[in-house]
Amino acid sequence: MLRALKPYLLPPLGVILLLVGWHFYCVEFKVPTAVLPTPGLVFQAMLEKRELLLSEGWITLKETLYGFALAFVLGVPLAVLVTNSSTLNLMFYPLLIALQSVPKVALAPVLLVWLGTGIESKLAIAWLVAFFPIVVDTAAGLRSTPRELLELARSLRATRTQIFFKVQFPAALPFVVSGAKVAVTLAVIGAVIGEFVGSSEGLGNLLMSASSQINAPLAFASLFALAALGMLAYLVVAVIERLLAPWLPHTERH
Amino acid sequence: MADAAAASADVFGSLENVRKVFIHEKLGRRAAENLVAIEEASLAFGQGDLVSLLGPSGCGKTTLLRIIAGLIPKTSGSVRIRGAEVTGPQPDFGFVFQSPNLMPWRTVLDNVLFPMEILGKSDARARERAMELLEMVGLAGFGAVRPHELSGGMQQRVALCRALVHEPALLLMDEPFGALDELTRMEMHDLLHDIRSRTRAAVVFVTHSIAEAVYLSDRVLVFSKRPGRIIERIDVGLPYPRAPEMRYTEGFAALARRASGALGVLHGPVTAA
Repeated sequence: MLRALKPYLLPPLGVILLLVGWHFYCVEFKVPTAVLPTPGLVFQAMLEKRELLLSEGWITLKETLYGFALAFVLGVPLAVLVTNSSTLNLMFYPLLIALQSVPKVALAPVLLVWLGTGIESKLAIAWLVAFFPIVVDTAAGLRSTPRELLELARSLRATRTQIFFKVQFPAALPFVVSGAKVAVTLAVIGAVIGEFVGSSEGLGNLLMSASSQINAPLAFASLFALAALGMLAYLVVAVIERLLAPWLPHTERH
Repeated sequence: MADAAAASADVFGSLENVRKVFIHEKLGRRAAENLVAIEEASLAFGQGDLVSLLGPSGCGKTTLLRIIAGLIPKTSGSVRIRGAEVTGPQPDFGFVFQSPNLMPWRTVLDNVLFPMEILGKSDARARERAMELLEMVGLAGFGAVRPHELSGGMQQRVALCRALVHEPALLLMDEPFGALDELTRMEMHDLLHDIRSRTRAAVVFVTHSIAEAVYLSDRVLVFSKRPGRIIERIDVGLPYPRAPEMRYTEGFAALARRASGALGVLHGPVTAA
């Protein structure tokens, strides 16, 4: 009985242990609230400011998911193009690698100048960090179609379109999905970076302003909200995966 | 050695002096380092015949199968099926590979129907035929299941149905039972005999198992090590229907011994010589 409940009991127990340890650390060593607030204070801040956290979180979630969606919509076709044309591959793949080597944080101020302090600049940074894993994983998936399946299709004189939609792309879906899972968590980071660099809204902005006002409980509350948001974004992708590709194994790879 | 079937009128497929050299891009056409995969291969078979290409790994038998399929070009020689030179893929050939290569995103029935879909013939009749085939291989009622829920042997049965669904005139099999355990493999042999008794398809069967080649074939063509060359042609001549008992007859043993002798495996390890 207890053994069966283990997977459901142990994770919350871990969280509780951490919170208890955190609380006693703060009390025992008289840690100033400005440095590390007790979990109680953080929860209090979360409750008091729940509407603020929700509305700011909604903005960050929008930036994240829009940026991710844009990366997906542009990244998958680009991967298809580079895997089907060696010319395009040679022209753009090195460029893509070069782009990836640029620290995105360094690009944030530039994008801010171009796109302003509204949602566009955050979306652009979220897009930028999410784009690369989607392109690379999709391309890897499209290149790894079993040779025999391609031969089977070719032996039936399948057209290139048929081969792509009936064989190559479905076979690449597990790769696309794992790329998307990495990308969506990166998109959260991208959106927050954007908010750090210049914004008047979003959880990143709230975190920054709370810190500058030495309101540590609110800063920690925003941090928790960000973590929840990251998990929510990941969950959205995981649910879409279940709906689109129910044949994939249920075990998570990451 | 003259091929008796080549002269007869009912020849279905024939290969003459097929040669395949894989040209290394940097070396150019004439370089001696280019890999000669097939030195020379000539053979002929009639409608409904099963010919085995038997040989060690890397002897070019799979390459020859791909050439017959029209999937890769030959360097020289001629491949004729029904009198016409094969210059590209033929939609009325069926394929079975060593691994089942089913599509995990499709159900068993949709996997079987894949060729019909590509050929634009995926209608109610095709579904009916696919169901019949699944029933024939003992998988009635598994149509809606996804491949990963099946055992390796069951998956290979599905692959067989997929190869047969468009009623191919020629079935090309590349070590199809090589990955299966012994008992499953023996079941599959009898299933293949059963299938052959119901269709008129000729079969070219690549294998490195001597017993498998003898049990299944009308004729066994033994290949040398690379560069591949046919070094022995064995007309099996065992009566049909073939039954598992035949594996233990003297006639069977004699044929297997002949193939073994040609392959050079009767001398034991080289160090002992």
